[in-house]
Amino acid sequence: MSDEGGAGEPLNVRALLGDDAVYEAAAAEAFPEYNKARLVSLELPDRSGDIIISTYGEIDKNNYLDPRTAQVATIDHMKQTCTKLRPAEDEELPSAYIEEFRCALDVELSKYVVEAYPKGACAVYCTSGKDIEGPGADFSFTAVISAAKRSPQNFCNGSWRSIWTMDFNYELQFVDIKGKIQVDAHYFEEGNVQLDTNIDRKDSTMMQSPDDCAVSITNIIRHHESEYLSSLEESYLNLSDATFKDLRRKLPVTRTLFPWHNTLAFSLTRDLAKELALGK
Amino acid sequence: MEAAMDLMRRMPPRSAETALNALLSLLPDHSLDLLSQVDLPLQVCMDKESLKEYILCEYNRDADSYRSPWSNKYDPPLEDGTVPSQEMRNLEVEANEVFSVYRDQYYEGGISSVYIWEDEDNGFIACFLIKKDGQGKRGYMQIGSWDAIHVIQVGTEEEGAAHYCLNSTVMLSLTTDNKQSGTFNLSGSIRRQMSMTLAVADGHLVNMGKMIEEMEGKLRNSLDQVYFGKTREMVCTLRPPPEVLNMRLPDS
Repeated sequence: MSDEGGAGEPLNVRALLGDDAVYEAAAAEAFPEYNKARLVSLELPDRSGDIIISTYGEIDKNNYLDPRTAQVATIDHMKQTCTKLRPAEDEELPSAYIEEFRCALDVELSKYVVEAYPKGACAVYCTSGKDIEGPGADFSFTAVISAAKRSPQNFCNGSWRSIWTMDFNYELQFVDIKGKIQVDAHYFEEGNVQLDTNIDRKDSTMMQSPDDCAVSITNIIRHHESEYLSSLEESYLNLSDATFKDLRRKLPVTRTLFPWHNTLAFSLTRDLAKELALGK
Repeated sequence: MEAAMDLMRRMPPRSAETALNALLSLLPDHSLDLLSQVDLPLQVCMDKESLKEYILCEYNRDADSYRSPWSNKYDPPLEDGTVPSQEMRNLEVEANEVFSVYRDQYYEGGISSVYIWEDEDNGFIACFLIKKDGQGKRGYMQIGSWDAIHVIQVGTEEEGAAHYCLNSTVMLSLTTDNKQSGTFNLSGSIRRQMSMTLAVADGHLVNMGKMIEEMEGKLRNSLDQVYFGKTREMVCTLRPPPEVLNMRLPDS
């Protein structure tokens, strides 16, 4: 599916399929997958914040957990709106012990996201071990960061998505961290150009109190993401300087435009080729 | 068709082929329009006679065979394959030779092909194609490709001048892939048009060549400054570099 979530898309596809029933069936499959993959964030109807649509918070295809406000939102995937909101059931939430870690990390991460991303949202989910009552067992979290900018009037869209998983190992008193960052941008005025990037990162830290873990993990995330931004900048510079030149020079070696006038006759062409080759 | 073209325009360049195939199966009656308006990377074939490569496109295709500009023969062979008239073929042969030199000067490698045929109403149509694949010279792995398609409609000569209408498409793809910086891919295509009426004193080839050269220069700059610049700008909008963040007012 194209990367825009703009209103134009569904209308185009509906027109192409020409059959509403087929369209509805296809859309029911495609839209949730799209929204989850793009980590689409929507404003909660009670204005308590944003909810990110992701597999980690998925209760079922149309219902998603917001761990921060402990609510479950019903989503209309096509319209990208939240139609219903209810408090989460106890079974849907982690234990008090786990929540201490999750909440501390969420607070630290949110501070970082507000600082680094003008339009970012984040969420921390417990993906394994949510019912652990106290120390002694392993558990895992996944933190997602999602920042998107849509400027269809400027023919430009973009998104930054990071997914960080943390495996807390009780025995080794260790937290194993893995991250995947994806950045893309699309410019389509009189043309179609897309940036598509991703990177995998690994790190680790000691297991400490919930607050200390939160600070340590967030610092690690901040460090890797800043580094990635710098690396993207460098890639742009390199492309401009090196690779582009490898593809097509701005001018021939002669530093003049190509001498089309000297190629009137067939035989002259061959001589010219030889001449230019000698000049190199 | 309008819905189809609008959709294709928003498609990420790398998914273009999949999207196009999907559209072709949905709109089989519009296949000709779709194929001629959507940008797909150029494919290449080897002329076994001359051992030179040539580029495949709709303009040298007849059924499932493609005509080589070097041997003027179809591969796989076709009994009644469409070939240009003798006059057009002569121009085509010269164009291929000259364009080859031009290509070498700017691209230092790559493959080029020119196909020329008579237009039904008047004049003729010439299609100049270039395909260049590049491997970065620096240490880390870089892959790039530049595909250019220039189609010129040349009107019949009147009072020593002719009207040239050029439609150009450039498809560009740049990729780096390594453990340190991950996968970085920048791909795109842009199209531009240029029309001129020029004196034919020095022949059509000179006029067409100059137009193409000017056009390629403009497209190259456009891609470099505007397009890549715009996507880079978007990244900085999503996540401003530290210097920009430090300049923000405390309560913003």
